[in-house]
Amino acid sequence: MSASSAFSDEKGGSSSVGEPEYGHDPASGGIFSSDYKRHDDLKEMLDSNKDSLKLEAMKRIVAMIARGKNTSDLFPAVVKNVACKNIEVKKLVYVYLVRYAEEQQDLALLSISTFQRGLKDPNQLIRASALRVLSSIRVTIIVPIMMLAIKEAASDMSPYVRKTAAHAIPKLYSLDPEQKDQLIEVIEKLLADKTTLVAGSVVMAFEEVCPERIDLIHKNYRKLCNLLVDVEEWGQVVIINMLTRYARTQFLNPNLNECLLEEGGESTFYGSDADQDEDEDEDKKDEALSKRKPYVMDPDHRLLLRNTKPLLQSRNAAVVMAVAQLYFHLAPKAEVGVIAKALVRLLRSHSEVQYVVLQNVATMTIKRRGMFEPYLKSFYIRSTDPTQIKVLKLEVLTNLASETNISTILREFQTYIKSMDKDFVAATIQAIGRCATHIGEVRDTCLNGLVQLLSNRDELVVAESVVVIKKLLQMQPEKHSDIIKHMAKLTDNIQVPMARASILWLIGEYCEHVPKIAPDVLRKMAKTFTNEEDIVKLQIINLAAKLYLTNSKQTKLLTQYVLNLAKYDQNYDIRDRARFIRQLIVPTDKCGALSKYAKKLILALKPAPILESPFKDRDHFQLGSLSHLLNTKAGGYQELPDWPQDAPDPSVRNVEVPEWTKCSSREKRKEKKVEKPFYSDSEGESGPTESADSESDSASSSASGSEQSGSGSEESEESEERSDSDEEEEEEAKKRKTQKKEPIEALANLRRGTCPSRSLTTTRTARQTAANQSLRILSPRQR
Amino acid sequence: MIHSLFLVNSSGDIFLEKHWKSVVSRSVCDYFFEAQERATEPENVPPVIPTPHHYLISVLRHRIYFVAVIQSEVPPLFVIEFLHRVVDTFQDYFGVCTEAAIKDNVVVVYELLEEMLDNGFPLATESNILKELIKPPTILRTMVNTITGSTNVGEQLPTGQLSVVPWRRTGVKYTNNEAYFDVVEEIDVIIDKSGSTITAEIQGVIDACVKLTGMPDLTLSFMNPRLLDDVSFHPCVRFKRWEAERILSFIPPDGNFRLLSYHVSSQNLVAIPVYVKHNITFREGSSQGRFDLTLGPKQTMGKGVEAVLVSSQLPRGVLNANLSASQGTYTFDPVTKMLTWDVGKINPQKLPSLKGSMSLQAGASKPDENPSINIQFKIQQMAISGLKVNRLDMYGEKYKPFKGIKYMTKAGKFQVRT
Repeated sequence: MSASSAFSDEKGGSSSVGEPEYGHDPASGGIFSSDYKRHDDLKEMLDSNKDSLKLEAMKRIVAMIARGKNTSDLFPAVVKNVACKNIEVKKLVYVYLVRYAEEQQDLALLSISTFQRGLKDPNQLIRASALRVLSSIRVTIIVPIMMLAIKEAASDMSPYVRKTAAHAIPKLYSLDPEQKDQLIEVIEKLLADKTTLVAGSVVMAFEEVCPERIDLIHKNYRKLCNLLVDVEEWGQVVIINMLTRYARTQFLNPNLNECLLEEGGESTFYGSDADQDEDEDEDKKDEALSKRKPYVMDPDHRLLLRNTKPLLQSRNAAVVMAVAQLYFHLAPKAEVGVIAKALVRLLRSHSEVQYVVLQNVATMTIKRRGMFEPYLKSFYIRSTDPTQIKVLKLEVLTNLASETNISTILREFQTYIKSMDKDFVAATIQAIGRCATHIGEVRDTCLNGLVQLLSNRDELVVAESVVVIKKLLQMQPEKHSDIIKHMAKLTDNIQVPMARASILWLIGEYCEHVPKIAPDVLRKMAKTFTNEEDIVKLQIINLAAKLYLTNSKQTKLLTQYVLNLAKYDQNYDIRDRARFIRQLIVPTDKCGALSKYAKKLILALKPAPILESPFKDRDHFQLGSLSHLLNTKAGGYQELPDWPQDAPDPSVRNVEVPEWTKCSSREKRKEKKVEKPFYSDSEGESGPTESADSESDSASSSASGSEQSGSGSEESEESEERSDSDEEEEEEAKKRKTQKKEPIEALANLRRGTCPSRSLTTTRTARQTAANQSLRILSPRQR
Repeated sequence: MIHSLFLVNSSGDIFLEKHWKSVVSRSVCDYFFEAQERATEPENVPPVIPTPHHYLISVLRHRIYFVAVIQSEVPPLFVIEFLHRVVDTFQDYFGVCTEAAIKDNVVVVYELLEEMLDNGFPLATESNILKELIKPPTILRTMVNTITGSTNVGEQLPTGQLSVVPWRRTGVKYTNNEAYFDVVEEIDVIIDKSGSTITAEIQGVIDACVKLTGMPDLTLSFMNPRLLDDVSFHPCVRFKRWEAERILSFIPPDGNFRLLSYHVSSQNLVAIPVYVKHNITFREGSSQGRFDLTLGPKQTMGKGVEAVLVSSQLPRGVLNANLSASQGTYTFDPVTKMLTWDVGKINPQKLPSLKGSMSLQAGASKPDENPSINIQFKIQQMAISGLKVNRLDMYGEKYKPFKGIKYMTKAGKFQVRT
């Protein structure tokens, strides 16, 4: 209450000063007299003394802005209401000001003094809102004023004002990048802030202004990890993404030893980790293996993994995805599995969320198939899914296919082929092709199924099948000459160019398997040559060349004819190809050395195509990022660095202790005085003290202390299992000690954590009285 | 992060724009319209569209596209999640989120967007904080405002943003203190042609409506918490307490909110509450097809199956359907080929059926594909997984609240392949 009165007092004061200043400024109307007439009535309303008229006018103006209409000519009339008493008018004026200040820089300056006054207000919320609007006005002249305001606000008593200061940093940076050095100082200062309110915003500023200054994070790393669970959700996303990058520069790869060890047969299973190393020399590997000390996870690395895990339960899909990518990029292989369940849960969400999650799952399934195998059925496709979702699910299903589950997957694919959505059917056919190439046992079944599809009524389906069959046949052509024959017949009916081209290529390539049919096909094609699509024409030329080389007796004239037709084709590619082929295969007087090798050149053994997932190797982009989604580097994307060979000095993250004792003693004194509820929130007006959360920190310290030591010992067990050398263990223990003394450690337990002891005792007494009620609770609701 | 926001209606008009940084010309939406044209269905517009200088990230809700303009790297889900949050807020404020509602309340919309983002970074997205800042428009308030000239903007300062419990307003007062919880479960099923279940999953949520004075601290416990396999919480729930004791302990937000969503572990066999007998055939050569559908209840623990709605997308070759329903009404849209049958309640004594013939295009060949059948239904007073709330206790306040729990089961994506 006191706040609102203070607020209106302030306004009253400022408006009484403000109005005579530019109340009847003749210039404001005069300058834009030509435009002025358009919004005559609005201007009159803005000039009136009644707030209701002003409000009405502002509402109409904002509605015009929303529709994209230009109202910049009203600027002078609007800007003088910046100090208006009515709070809604004031807010709408701010909206207007921020929208048009850039265009009307000189006039915008008139409003600055109001905000400067607001910056000194005793009420933290008014200070914050003044800074917010001031920093949103994109006028270069006021850069020094903004800089000063940000610096002051960064050391404000109120965490809310400090948060606003953090928000203002990227705004100023985009206005004037030369302020970078000064802004980094402010960021450094705000990074040291211990409140959850500030943490997300300042990391955001850090990411926009100086993402390369990773050294600024060292001292704040543990604090950020511990605060994370209590930061608001949007801040969590930003912090987690930043910490992923940080961890990649500071810790060792937890999977490195395993990759080196499991070289060999296993590599197909857990794909690419091992693949990367395959290129290395065997000797080198052995050497590396013998040299490498047994891996011990840095306790800070463990801290990050432990503290982010609960956030997989967040209701915010972006947070879940951020944690998932953190685990994917940072966790030891054995622990990555936990993210699968959470990601599958997101598939229940809106289709846009599904789209992004499926893209990421598709990338993950290539590297870690085992993780999603138990959830295979969650990726089954429903006829009501949008096509883009269907295609992505298909991709995931294909990636998940293995010897054990291929029969269920193929049965599922069979129903998909009957779908009404033809694009989806085409994608399914390709998926079957990919399954067939990867899993040898089902190749024949798949091929037979696809051949059956050749008699489908829909041309697109047939065409897609032809293309896929072509790829499959390339793997073992000698067994399947009857399929090739069957396909040769199809040339009469199929009109889709890609399919025709594929058939012609197949016949040409394997003309020795179908010696009688091939020349006849060429004969037919020669007849229709002029009406074919370019891609088909090229394949006709290829076919002709191949037949000429293998069976010149029958096809010499036909080939000549085709080449002649091609010579005068409109398309230069085709003319070029014809010229090239003619030189190569038809023996002339001055034929080059090449024509001797014509047969070798054209009928060389061609390796079968590898049907690969479009998601292969996408994981070199940080998962969950825009760049990963688009598979190209987006502006401002920060590369995910490779793990370092040797870990940088972990002691940089140590923080001195004294701060803590000082802080806690003060809080304790306060605690005695006021009995507060568990997580007090009415801090608001009681004044800008060190904020509420450091206080409740001590409130929960007793409970959380034991909690902490519990989890600490758990961790030590874990690490002891792996550590061999005593030195390292000692060092670790030291680190843990300093870590435990950290005051913020307790905070993590605050909100999600155990109930503090005090409320537990009240619980016990309350429980008895509540016991009587408990039966009534369950009665169905009466509405 | 988020540079600008454009709202596009189904006919392709931009009816609202808002910029948080310098102004981006609305011509950037042309790339979006191009993508929209390429996509055959409205929901097939890719959510992320790269353009030479910007990236467009869009969501489609209530036939309105919310198109955000991005200039540099940002997690796409971050933007998508935020846009959905914006839609939820509009819905919360105006009851519906339609073009008309947004246009009518354009000033409130603008004020909301202004508070929700600062320089493109989310600032206040909690509905409790926003409602303190900007009061939702009601008929009464609009009338009072026009007479007295007072405003929608809260006079009080938003203290919620400063607190450790940002989701709860301070100084809440009610004369009747009540807390209601709805346990709503959705069952997702795919049943194949022969009637065997391919997948069946149960997902549930607990939606709460809490109107309690002061700062209550609630705990909610279940009879069988083991059923819950995967959960996601409202930020108010204390995570460690759940981990240790499987108890939901929280200080609730004021008003309506989603406390918990969960997934029931897949080991448990799912009882499927309805069955479908179907016979949909097309004969080669003739221009007729047979359509025969019967519904029946199964494993409903004696509860009635209500609000049953069957829909099916018939093949493109079907011209018309001549059916007769034993109960309820059916409609067939000859343009979209969508058949819907509003069944109502299933009477176990007299099973509802829909029988008749379909006429096909003369001379056209028999359709290759068979339509799949989607079913919606509701069962009151039952949670299909068997989840039961054990008790709800309140600490921290002296009064006795009225408490209520309601259970309901709904069909989620319930699909029968034929």
